[in-house]
Formats: sequence, C-alpha cells, structure tokens
Amino acid sequence: MVLKIFFPTCCNTADSGLLIGRWIPGQDSAVVLAVIHYPFIPGQVKKYLSETQNQSQVDLAVLGSWSLPKDGQEGMDSFLKDLSTIFPNSRWLQLSREIGKRGFACQVVHNRITPPDPAQGGTDKKDQIIFIHYDQRKVMLSQLHPIHEESPGEESSELRAVFHTVAQSGPLFLLDRYDEGPLKLTHWQSEGREASIVVELSKQASVPLCIVLTWLVSLWQSKCFRSYSPGLFFRTSVKMSTCVQTAYRTNHFQTVFSTKKATSHMEFMRKANIFVSFLVDMSLGLLLVSWLYRENHISQLANTLVPVADHVAKELQELLEWLMGAPAGLKMNRALDQVLGRFFLYHIHLWISYIRLMSPFIEMILWYVGLSACLGLTFALSVLSDIVALLTFHIYCFYVYGARLYCLKVYGLSSLWRLFCGKKWNVLRQRVDSCSYDLDQLFIGTLLFTILLFLLPTTALYYLVFTLLRLVVVMFQGVIHLAIDLINSFPLFAMGLRLCRSYRLAEGVKFRVLCEEPGTPLHLMMEINPLKCSSVLQRYRTPTYSCYPRDSWVDLCKKLFMGELIYPWKHKTTKTD
Amino acid sequence: MAEKNEFTDINGKAILLDCQNYSSFCREFTVSSPKVSLCKVIVCTCSVWLFAYAVFFVTENTAVLSSAIIITLVGMMMHIHLVKVEHETLLIIGSLGVQLSTSYASGRESTTFIEMSRIKDIVINEAVYMQSIIYYLCILIKDSGDPNGIASVVPLFQSSKPRLNCLVQVYKSCQAIIAQTR
Repeated sequence: MVLKIFFPTCCNTADSGLLIGRWIPGQDSAVVLAVIHYPFIPGQVKKYLSETQNQSQVDLAVLGSWSLPKDGQEGMDSFLKDLSTIFPNSRWLQLSREIGKRGFACQVVHNRITPPDPAQGGTDKKDQIIFIHYDQRKVMLSQLHPIHEESPGEESSELRAVFHTVAQSGPLFLLDRYDEGPLKLTHWQSEGREASIVVELSKQASVPLCIVLTWLVSLWQSKCFRSYSPGLFFRTSVKMSTCVQTAYRTNHFQTVFSTKKATSHMEFMRKANIFVSFLVDMSLGLLLVSWLYRENHISQLANTLVPVADHVAKELQELLEWLMGAPAGLKMNRALDQVLGRFFLYHIHLWISYIRLMSPFIEMILWYVGLSACLGLTFALSVLSDIVALLTFHIYCFYVYGARLYCLKVYGLSSLWRLFCGKKWNVLRQRVDSCSYDLDQLFIGTLLFTILLFLLPTTALYYLVFTLLRLVVVMFQGVIHLAIDLINSFPLFAMGLRLCRSYRLAEGVKFRVLCEEPGTPLHLMMEINPLKCSSVLQRYRTPTYSCYPRDSWVDLCKKLFMGELIYPWKHKTTKTD
Repeated sequence: MAEKNEFTDINGKAILLDCQNYSSFCREFTVSSPKVSLCKVIVCTCSVWLFAYAVFFVTENTAVLSSAIIITLVGMMMHIHLVKVEHETLLIIGSLGVQLSTSYASGRESTTFIEMSRIKDIVINEAVYMQSIIYYLCILIKDSGDPNGIASVVPLFQSSKPRLNCLVQVYKSCQAIIAQTR
C-alpha cells in the first residue's frame, strides 16, 4: 500500500520533535499540522491536544517523530523510538532528514494492537511512501469548488478532507514562539502572529454600527410601505425603475448590515460582494455628481433639454403631415387620414405647450434630481431611464392609441370574415362553429367587413410608424437597464480576490515532482489551481431582478401583428395587492 | 530515467513521446507537437498584407494598412496563446490520482487533477471521424449514484492525437500502476 504524508513546507527546517496531525479515516494518508519540540512533558502534550481537539473539532493525534539532527544532538534515535510506547497508535512514523540532503527518510513502525488480519496475508508488506508538501497558510485560507456543505466525517474525497482538516485547525496555530508556555510548536504562524490594528478596530466598531444601520433600514422600510396608500402607489411604483432599484438596494442593506455573522463561505462572499459593489456604486455616483455640479453643466443640460424636446415634437409633426399626404406613394383614405392626423397633431400641440410651461422650472428640477446621484450610479441611471420615459410619454400614448385601433380593426375583421364564411366563434366551447345567419345580418356584416378592410391600410400604417418609434425608445431604456443590471450583479469582491489572492478560490490542486535522490521516497509539491475567471463570474453573480423580455422573439412578432400591447420590461416583483 | 520516442499523429505529422519514470508508481508522459512552422507564418502574413494593399489601392485610406498590421499582430498573439499547443502531459501517481496538463506556445499552462477515487478506469476508445476510425485514450469517471455507471469520459492528448502504437505504450504503463496500487 502506498502511504501519503501531507507535510507543511514551514516544518521543513524545524528542530526535532513530535509530529502532530490527523490520520484521514478510510484512506492511507496523514496530514501533519505542527511539530512540538523538545523538551516537553508527555502529559502536557496530551492535555494540550485534548484541549485543542475540543476547540477545533478535529481529531488530532501524535503521528510520530521528526528528527533533524543538529550539532550536539546525537543519540536521539533510540529516544525517539521509545516515544512510540507513550503515544499509542496503530502506526508510528519516524521521519528524519539530514542537513544538506533534500530528501526525507521515513520508517513506519506498526503497533499491532489487534492481531493482523489473516485474509491480508499476515506479514507487513514494505510500505511505499509519498511526501506531499503543501503551503499551510494557503491551504488553510483556500476554499475548494464546487462547494459541498458536508460534515467532516463523510468526506469521500481525500483532498477535501485535507483542506477541511487544515482549515478547521485554527486553534492549533495560535501558539507562537513568543508565548510563554510549556510547549514550543512550529507551524505557519510560529514565527509570530500578524494582526493589523485597523482590522481589529473596524471589527470592534462594526457591531454597533451594524445594529444602528439595521434599525435605520427597518425604519425606512416600515415608513415606505405603511404611510403611503397601497394600490395606486404600487401600480405606479412597479412601473418606475427608480422605485424598483430602491427596493432592491434596501433588500441588500438588510443582508449586509445584519448583525449575524456569516457562517458559510457563500454567505460571506455574498455579503462582501454586495458591500463592495455598493461602495463602488456610491463612489461612481459621487464622481458623476462632482462632474455635474462643476462648470455649470446642469444649466447647460437644462438649456439643451427644451430645444431637444421641441425638435422631437417638430419632427413628429412633420412625420404626421407626411402621413396625412401620400406617404411612400400609397393612397390613404382621405377622411380617416385627416381625422387621425389632426387628433395626433393636437396631442403634440398640447405636449409642446406643456414643455414650454415647464421650461423655467427645468433647471431647478434637474439640480435637485442630480443630487440623487449621490445615492449611487445605478440610482442616477434609473432616474435617467424614468426621465426618458416621462419625456417620451406622448410617443407611448400614440403607440397605445394606434395599437388599440389596429387591434379593434383586426378583431373586427377576423370576426366578420367568419361571418362571411358562414361560421361563428363559440365562446362556450372556445372553437369555431358553423352558423346560419339571417339575410339582414349577412348584409350588414358584409358591409362592415368591406368598410373595415378598405380602412385597414391607413390604420396599419399609423400603427407601424408609432410602434417603430416606441421600440426605439424601449431599446434605449433597455440599454440603460442592462448597464444597471451589470453594476448590480457583477461580483467585484470575488473577482478582486481571484486576481489578487488567487489561492483563496481553488478549483483543484496541481502536483509537481520535486527532484529527489534515488533511494528516498517520492516528494511532490502540491499547489493550488485557482478558479477560472468565467467560473468566478458564474458562481458569485448576485441575483438581480430580471429585466430581460419575458416573451421570445416569435411571441413578440405575433403580438405585434395582432396589435396587442407589449410590456417588455416587466420586473419580477412580489405581489402586493 | 527518461525515454524519448518518435511517433506520428493521425494526420501523419511527427510527434515526440517522452516517458519519465520517477518511481515504481509515479510516471509522467509528455507528448510534444511540432512547433509553428515559419513557412505558414510567412504565407499568412504576406497574404493578409497583400489583401490590405489591394484594398488601400482601391480606397486610398491609410487606416486599412494600420488595421491590417494590428489584426496580424493580435491574431498571431491569440493563436500562440489560445490555440497552439506545445506539450500535453499526463502525470500518473499511484493511489493519488492523474494530472493532465496542457502547455501552450506562449507558456500558458492549464492543469486539471483527477483523484484516484473518482477514476473508474483508463481505456483506449474508438471513434468514427468522417471516413476514418481513430483511437484515443480516455479516463472513465465514476458515477456517484450508480456504482457500475460512468458519469463522464475525459479524453487525453486531444490536440496531439497520437496513433495507436503510442497510445498502447502509455496505456500499458498506466494499467500497470493502477493495478499495482488499487
């Protein structure tokens, strides 16, 4: 059988002593966690081990002895062998290394407490040994993906068991060489524990801060949802992306500022991602605010806004006058054309007067609205999206009028066509049945059918033009929403971790054969294989309210053809009424 | 100890198989593909630039020339970083697992490690590719639910595609190690 010993690189030059670690159950492998140096009292070693075992829930044991003979320390070998009687175990490892040589020598002494199993052949076969060197600090901080939330007793994978053991053995690494205790250990932190005052202070300050912020968030939520009357407020708030974005951010704040400490890795990453993306959002928003309020950009924007709205209205008027003439050489029904054209022209006239009325106040409104960008770039973008929606409200109205007319026409035509063919739609059975009509019914039906049919091109043309305009506005809003979604869901903390501390997020491990001398056991170096950037994005993406269109392209085309109104940006919100 | 042997791949190009024996249960096989040929590089570059000159001659726009240069450079860099494989390595460590590593011409290395507990077997499979039958070495991964089933198949040496004689050599060594340490 091949015996695998995971040895930390920090203990390569440690003084002679006892090896502390864990035998991985079910596999022929051992993880060495630390080395206890001479002189020690075996009773104190056992006491320390049981204390640490209670704190860390890892079943630690004395694996064997380690000897790196320095000058004046000969004669240790017999002493080391006698130690195996003090710490009884089924196997006792005797590792030794000579200064100047790179390889280790290992002898395994089997203490058979139970007699050997006759089915296995009885005699001990010569064990083949592999030494796997690992960087203790990196393995302790790393998280293997895919993440399995399993209890340690059920680890079927050897590597997962090794990572889990090292990660859980935090309490063992607290004793460093400056501690005045009876035991002297060597592990990755034994040269001195490092801590930062800033981190400690922020940890102490964060608890009361979190309590205050959680209270503020709950106050804001209760004020928002109780003082305003439901119904109308919610129907408008669902349509306005600013309100949706606010609700989404409030949810986030609840997660981040909760006083419960994150227990699992995914929870911690989620909190960290939300916090970092919120900070970046705020700083980008403040940058935008500082640009807007410098050099009078606000008044420049306000001064260009009214002429732009005027220009758009003028273009629409020209378009309508073109439609009222002979657009693209088509001959329209003169009367209907004039009616529809005058109706829409009057709307535009109302709209222009409304804009002219508002123009002295635009600058002040923009000034106050621009301040809201302090809350974050996503907020500013959603306000922009709402402003665009408000300014193009007349296009939306025209689209709705055109669509309703067209829809009525199409339904009327289809129903009268059935009459023409002698059939009828049976509402009870939801199918088409044959029906015998009276003569006067047929006469009027055919007359209406002819009228509707010959008026169809005019209505269809108006519908087409206004639908195209509406789609242009919807596309522009869609781009803004995509940008908001990107800022909301991008896992900045996880990507930063992957770029700067790539060993924290591990996809697996890599082995490298270290050059050895013949006759010594095999030495391998285990390195952490970091997670691919695309996997990081996929796993740690913050879920957002989806603003992608609900219908597929085919459904959309069908709806457009039938004249049904399309609502492309329906947000996934909770039902409130 | 290391052994170097010359074989051919399924398209007839020469490849090199290097076997390194670290111990009785640890072996490394490296298949090296031939390097980028200078002829091909020169032909590609010349054709792209001649085309760019022809377009420049018609349109009199110097942006075409600079964009052709940039496209050639970027294309070459992407080719050697993402496409051109220099070595493919299989490191088998008895009772620990199998490590597959691909190293590209720009020096980039992509590695995966499969633990022995997940490996059901290493076999040579046949595949029908257009009008010919090719052999490839693959690792069968155990299915966690079904003890006799196979969750997935990981093919080895996909870029170098060695022929059966090379695969048989690798297969025999791998089977010897797996049998010894099972």
